[in-house]
Amino acid sequence: MQTAKLSKWWAGFYDHDVTWSFLHSPLTMLASLVTLLLVGAAFGAPYLTSYTPFEPGSLSLMDAFLPPAWEAGGSAAHFLGTDGQGRDVLAAIMYGTQISLIVGLFSVLLSVAIGIPLGIIAGYATGSWIDTLIMRVADIQLTIPPILIALMIDGVVRTSMSNELHEEMAIPVLIFSIGIASWPQYARITRSGAMVERRKDYIAAAKLIQTPAWLILLRHIFPNVVGPTLIVATIGVAVAIIIEATLSFLGVGVPPTNPSLGTLIRIGNNFLFSGEWWITFFPAFTLVILVLSVNLIGDWLRDTFNPKLR
Amino acid sequence: MLNFILKRLVQSAIVMLVVALLSFFLFNFVGDPISNMVGQESTTKDMEELRDQLGLNDPFIVQFGRFVVNAVQGDFGISYRLQRPVEDVVAERMPATLELVFVSAIIAILLGVAGGLFTGLKKKHWFSKVILTGSLVGVSLPTFVIGILLIYVFAVKFQILPSFGRGEVVTLDSGWTTGLLTLSGWKAIILPSITLALYQTTLILRIIRSEMLEVMRADFIKFARARGLRQRDINFGHALKNTLIPVITVTGLQIGSLIAFSIITETVFQWPGMGSLFIQAVQFADVPVMSAYLVMVAFFFVMINLIVDLLYFVVDPRLRVEVRG
Repeated sequence: MQTAKLSKWWAGFYDHDVTWSFLHSPLTMLASLVTLLLVGAAFGAPYLTSYTPFEPGSLSLMDAFLPPAWEAGGSAAHFLGTDGQGRDVLAAIMYGTQISLIVGLFSVLLSVAIGIPLGIIAGYATGSWIDTLIMRVADIQLTIPPILIALMIDGVVRTSMSNELHEEMAIPVLIFSIGIASWPQYARITRSGAMVERRKDYIAAAKLIQTPAWLILLRHIFPNVVGPTLIVATIGVAVAIIIEATLSFLGVGVPPTNPSLGTLIRIGNNFLFSGEWWITFFPAFTLVILVLSVNLIGDWLRDTFNPKLR
Repeated sequence: MLNFILKRLVQSAIVMLVVALLSFFLFNFVGDPISNMVGQESTTKDMEELRDQLGLNDPFIVQFGRFVVNAVQGDFGISYRLQRPVEDVVAERMPATLELVFVSAIIAILLGVAGGLFTGLKKKHWFSKVILTGSLVGVSLPTFVIGILLIYVFAVKFQILPSFGRGEVVTLDSGWTTGLLTLSGWKAIILPSITLALYQTTLILRIIRSEMLEVMRADFIKFARARGLRQRDINFGHALKNTLIPVITVTGLQIGSLIAFSIITETVFQWPGMGSLFIQAVQFADVPVMSAYLVMVAFFFVMINLIVDLLYFVVDPRLRVEVRG
């Protein structure tokens, strides 16, 4: 009984357009595999590696500047080499990817949590002062690159906090800055969806039986407009990861005591001229692969679920 | 048309006022400016006196008015970190950033337009596919990674280009320092300007390509073909002309972003411009410099938007008629 149900579900899943499209796009499959591997390595880091790169006590300066295992002087114990403090580069990358992913995901969640409600309200109340207000603010914000806004917010928060407090709060502050900086695009997409939905008959029916406006927004419009926004949010994660890495690279993001990929690249950049290329190369490579994979998945989702979007 | 321009001017003024207000809040309410200025041993009474002297006890509106009047005259106070007037520091740094942005903008527009036209007109050519794949990779490569890569290849491996600074700088009579008159200056600007231009190039390329693909399907292009016009005349005289409005909009915005993205490039290449000044200001909580930078960047953005709006009238005669009527 149970197996019959399962195999029926499997048949339905296998026959589905989306599955077909996925299985016929080798690039997307590869990108998903890479993303899964990176996510697995990032969050499985405590189980996969015995190195604890962020506990200063566990580091040994004797092991500093070891090149990758396949180069002359490298050791198998540190496959991708070590940095100036004897940190294992591979382990640092795994923990760093974890931080990059956390900041990327949560900041997009924050932008979506701001953008979708505002977009639904603006779209449902098209033409009213509230719509004009929301969209004007969004327009103005859209003309300034999110990275600059995130920098500004980060700068302001930094001035109002003591250094120690900021070091502790760096990750929440980053999530907040990046999240606030990127809400307008989600508001725009949601708004255009809501403008279409509100003219449909089922909304008229809901109004007719005097459903309160907030219930219409929550129960009827929201489920119907959330899809396209979430698809765009996938690419948003890639963008957020880039912004985080950039801020950390500039030295105003995650502190070196608990580095993200961007911080690692910043640290490694100092050793580029003395020939220790691996300290900066491998984190940078991981970052690019991660962003590229997420972008490819996002592109595929967009083309599959909504060919009209582009 | 005049009406439209006036409306735009008023809008720009409002945006600038809002930005000034934000910047003013930043200046006065984030952190206590007094505690940043006085020494450790000053008493509460000294601080109160200084507060009075600086007018920090005046009503909000008076203070904000004074801030705007000062800002219009280019006076943003004294940098906490450098202990020098902000306008002097900025005036020193501005030429470096503007030259970098100028060279990058030219690279981005030339490469972007050429690449976009080629991929839009020769959709199936193998080279178009190479360009498009390259542009996807270009979008995924963060600016600073490109910069590091270029430094490693050209400055560390081959050692043919410098990795930092502006090279030899010439000071003009107006006080403007330029690196564009010396060989070492030109050598120094190559890597940073390519780094800065790459992302913008891909965006301009993509918008031109998609607009060209759209326009080439239009009826008036078919009609032009039916009239037996040469393909080249159709491509440039008819198709390109009709893609210009979205292209100008995107290009304008991208040039604005160049100023913002120059923060990253300047940090990577230790370029002595406003971007690296700003990053240092953020790291040291140097509020006067931050608020001056905020106002200036906003000013550039508003100016570019205004110019873009005016360019619409230049490239599209239909607009002039409609607005008049």
